Amino acid sequence: MAELTYRNAIARGIGQEMERDERVVFIGEDIGAAGGVFKTTVGLFERFGPDRVRDTPISEQAIIGGIMGAAMNGLRPIGELMFSDFVGVTWDGIANQIAKTRYMTGGQVTLPLVIRTANGGGTHFGGQHSQSVENWHMMIPGLKVVAPATPRDVVGLMAAAVRDDDPVIYLDHKKLYALKEDVPDGEIVDVLGKAVVRRPGSDVTIVALAAMVHVALEAAARLADRGVSAEVIDLRSLVPLDTTAFLESVARTGHLFTVEENPRLCGWGAEVSSIAAEECLWDLDGPIVRITTPHIPLPAAADLEDMAIPSADRVVQTVLSQA
Amino acid sequence: MSPPTDAFEITEATRLLLYQSMLRTRALEKKAYDLFMEGLVQGTTHLGLGQEAVAAGFAAALRPDDMSFATYRGHNHMLLRGMSMASILGECAARANGCCGGKGGSMHITDVTKGAMGSYAIVGAHLPVAVGAAWAGVLRGTRQVSVCFFGDGTTNIGTFHEALNLAAIWKLPVVFVCENNLYMEYTAISSVIPVEHPAADRAAAYGLERIIVDGNDADAVYEIAATTTERARRGEGPSLVEALTYRHKGHSRADPGKYRPDEEVAAWMERDPLIIYRARLESLSFPVAILDEMEQMARAEADAAADEVRAAPLPDPASLMTDLWANGGSEWRN
Repeated sequence: MAELTYRNAIARGIGQEMERDERVVFIGEDIGAAGGVFKTTVGLFERFGPDRVRDTPISEQAIIGGIMGAAMNGLRPIGELMFSDFVGVTWDGIANQIAKTRYMTGGQVTLPLVIRTANGGGTHFGGQHSQSVENWHMMIPGLKVVAPATPRDVVGLMAAAVRDDDPVIYLDHKKLYALKEDVPDGEIVDVLGKAVVRRPGSDVTIVALAAMVHVALEAAARLADRGVSAEVIDLRSLVPLDTTAFLESVARTGHLFTVEENPRLCGWGAEVSSIAAEECLWDLDGPIVRITTPHIPLPAAADLEDMAIPSADRVVQTVLSQA
Repeated sequence: MSPPTDAFEITEATRLLLYQSMLRTRALEKKAYDLFMEGLVQGTTHLGLGQEAVAAGFAAALRPDDMSFATYRGHNHMLLRGMSMASILGECAARANGCCGGKGGSMHITDVTKGAMGSYAIVGAHLPVAVGAAWAGVLRGTRQVSVCFFGDGTTNIGTFHEALNLAAIWKLPVVFVCENNLYMEYTAISSVIPVEHPAADRAAAYGLERIIVDGNDADAVYEIAATTTERARRGEGPSLVEALTYRHKGHSRADPGKYRPDEEVAAWMERDPLIIYRARLESLSFPVAILDEMEQMARAEADAAADEVRAAPLPDPASLMTDLWANGGSEWRN
């Protein structure tokens, strides 16, 4: 057991899988000798060499198409897009090619690949370097989507993503890079599609993902002071989606809140809410409430961005307003 | 433009293979057209009629484990990697016997077990895919070559440049083949590029040789295919080949091709690759009876495949929800 940052957990997770399986390779912009623009991949180039850890030009379409082709011919590649906003540059490769090829070829083509990218806001980078794009991927059949909230999960979910035989979008959250926790030594391997209860509670259920898990936890601690026992569920994976985890929780608490960084329309919380409304309406003692970023691009100004992204204050007030 | 050179020897067996390949692709595409007119082909088709020599020349130069990536105008290429006519026409007709069980359609003919690595319907999408597959072959030490076919219109899309650049800097075994049939879709390529040759005139930007070949001369294509694929296999990096050719029909079934001047069409019809090659074989004293028999066999093969398609069942309704994931299913929740 040793303290590990979320940032260093990324290289540990990728390194764990590259050590285990020589078919695992890693490409992206500035990931090699430079160690990544966020220093998330430090040491991998030195450890595994330039054949398996490869710097690419600024060519997102070549990165994404390239890992697709590599996966078709016997490798298990990880491709990095520096910021998750850049999926827009290569959306054809992700949404039309990688996501659909297995189905459209009648199951002929297996694509065991991972697209790893730095997601999320709170770092004041402005509207094209701060988005949370997990919902963009969630709505495309054929993509699995994971977003870790803790250093331990960064490692375990990376292992799950690499070992999965389907394309996985792996969204680490750049606001969390400095987060630390004690992480067990040795191999850590999770499975996709398993949510975790981060804080048990009996009065309300708060479902969150990635950085919003920590917002929800802070809110839950403050709600406890106000006499409200909040259960916080970290979904960890949007596809596959652990619906059992939140449906069972809501059956006990009777209240469901979702906390998401996605802009209002068609964020992942809408799907969670819809499932709950269809399947556990009679367990509910009040409306399902989504706590989201408003339907705007994220502003660069710190005070404006802080107002836009859900905060613990907003979660506390929203929950109390429904109580 | 390079005609076949005297120094490059083509065996009699290869010449017969090239002719047979072109006859078979011609028969296949004519049958696809017929099946469309019969109402059996759903959606649309993009026929490779007129472009047979490019497919035949390259297929003859490839090893079984080499990888071919094609566009929606890909029936020719996929057939010549060893797919059956029935599996291609069955897919065009969206029958259960189609290579993708009817889930792909005419634009997505694929059989990865034969190196027919797919037909891609978004212009330019497959160029980086071919590059990545070649890279994997290098890392695994397989000595495979990726051959990537695309149209002239593709040279104006970003993936063309990203893929060529990456293949060049990583020195990967990829042969990029631009089938320049003079029209991007309904618009002449000459009106949308600032250079004369859409592919060849851009080769220098990636440190590549300027290669233009008569894409209606199967011998010339075969020679370029043999030299560029062997160069790739020796580890000397990618090539970009521009093959000048012409489609006999419009872009797709919706297009009668009326934007092409009559005299241009007539001139290219005279340069039909099958007419050119038949004349060459006869001038080289190949027996006419054998050539005639080959032609009849190709037609008979297409007839039999069409009969098979007509008799084939529609896709099993259960297949709707299969093969999204590697476990065979499509579940997204517990």
